[in-house]
Amino acid sequence: MAAKKLNIKDKYRLLTRDLDWEYSYADRKEAFPYEDFEGIKITDWSKWEDPFRLTMDTYWKYQAEKEKKLYAIFDAFAQNNAHMNVSDPRYVNAIKIFLTGVSPLEYQAYQGFAHTGRQFGGVGARVACQMQSLDELRHVQTQIHAMSHFNKFFDGFQEYSHMHDRVWYLSVPKSFFNDARTAGPFEFMIAIGFSFEYVLTNLLFVPFMSGAAHNGDMATVTFGFSAQSDEARHMTLGLEVIKFLLEQHEDNVEIVQKWIDKWFWRGSRLLTIVAMMMDYMLPNKVMSWKEAWEVYFEEAGGALFKDLARYGIRMPKYSEIIEKEKEHISHQAWWTFYTHGHAAGFHTWIPTDEELDWLSEKYPETFDKYYRPRWELAKEMEAKGERFYTKGLPQLCTTCQIPMLFTEMDDPTQTSYRDTTYNGERYHFCSDGCKDIFEDEPEKFVQSWLPVHQIFQGNCGGPDVGDILSDFYHMNVGTDNMDMKGSPDELRWKQWKGVA
Amino acid sequence: MSKVYIALQDNDESRYIVEAIEEDNPEVTVIHMPAMIRIENEGRLTVNRETVEEKMGRDWDVQELHVNLITLGGNVEEDDDSLSLHWNE
Repeated sequence: MAAKKLNIKDKYRLLTRDLDWEYSYADRKEAFPYEDFEGIKITDWSKWEDPFRLTMDTYWKYQAEKEKKLYAIFDAFAQNNAHMNVSDPRYVNAIKIFLTGVSPLEYQAYQGFAHTGRQFGGVGARVACQMQSLDELRHVQTQIHAMSHFNKFFDGFQEYSHMHDRVWYLSVPKSFFNDARTAGPFEFMIAIGFSFEYVLTNLLFVPFMSGAAHNGDMATVTFGFSAQSDEARHMTLGLEVIKFLLEQHEDNVEIVQKWIDKWFWRGSRLLTIVAMMMDYMLPNKVMSWKEAWEVYFEEAGGALFKDLARYGIRMPKYSEIIEKEKEHISHQAWWTFYTHGHAAGFHTWIPTDEELDWLSEKYPETFDKYYRPRWELAKEMEAKGERFYTKGLPQLCTTCQIPMLFTEMDDPTQTSYRDTTYNGERYHFCSDGCKDIFEDEPEKFVQSWLPVHQIFQGNCGGPDVGDILSDFYHMNVGTDNMDMKGSPDELRWKQWKGVA
Repeated sequence: MSKVYIALQDNDESRYIVEAIEEDNPEVTVIHMPAMIRIENEGRLTVNRETVEEKMGRDWDVQELHVNLITLGGNVEEDDDSLSLHWNE
């Protein structure tokens, strides 16, 4: 007779809740030393709910199935030389940003969830964090495997890990995660588990990945959606964490709201680069950044905050600024990279006329008025053989570390700039949001490793920018960087395709 | 009322799951995008095991959904027979 099959609820009780034990000779407070210092009050961990009730045996079964599917596709991709099938070689530059800027974050997430899971006194939360930690490790591994194929045929993939720790624009994602990981376990969960996973990663892993598919990149869409299949579980964990904290004690509400304000602002700043990837780096278009933002932030995030309103939680601070930014940030970011294209680890270019028309159509309020004229000027300069590269190094925001590229949202001709003084030193910011975050935790943010400051202090080699790029960043100057036009990537592509 | 949503990889298994969702939630909007299918509905959406099994012609475990799932929005309730999404308002 076959053994009776346990239902999901009983199985979860036996294989998760029953894994916990009482402490007879050790002090529980010493076993979980980080549970109190953030001011969060937990009265009863047994109230923790995990709606998916995934147990470890089922976890391995489905993860194995996902991996088998994924690696079959990687093999097919490599065996069929499918890098030749991408829409346009310019597209591959978005994948260079992914490998240098995003994949190392998956590794940081793996470390963060392993640490955080260990620090939670409740077994349900511990097991969910352990699974997420394993997922994140799988994500970084599968991304490196997928992109190793591109590394054989395109420049700029070779030193992603080294670059992530040094390059000026890569300090933006790196410092974002460092900030979260050096916070307490509950802030980490609100930062990454809730704000980032529930709302913001969707913008990278759903519309951008659909864009990868639309540009013929079978490997990236496959690892993207395979990672995202874990993400639905992560989103649910993020939502359960916040509901749990808010239900445990009313004193938690104010602390959680402050973290939501901080991390939605930081997250929306970080996603500027995704905005630029969607609007400027996908030759075949799926949707504009603005449209994606409306679906995944305004609609999905709006529904979420309406649901949380019953706990006294409101929309993140500066939501009204964030709403206006969708019209501007992708254009401001790509212009910054275009003008700093000699110092980037990937190629930049002027959008084609068809692409400029698409941007005009998608951004009727702003593109023709503020941004198209810049590209028309860039085209004239390029035609005269004077492709523009700036000579200066940008000033960075002390909090988000992004160059001062954002404008006031009510006056897009005016750079947004704030400053504050702490212990006799002046610190600079791109926005009120970033200034507030600094002023709340100045002792943390005065330690920011700001790449441009480090260059001027002589900590990155040099003295010339070219030396820093090649010796300190390990970029192949003249190969990995500069304009797409005339690049070795473009020449190889033309040879493969047999065009002059 | 806010919309709940679920997105699935556009593949052979998902097609049956989408058919089942459409049958059990006649009000849903199904949006096809490159490589993915997004299904949204006002307030609530349910995936029933029985309906999926009928469409696929084989046994189907609700947790198999994880293999083809891309993203979702809403509070999740799952047991052996169904997975549903809803918002509290």
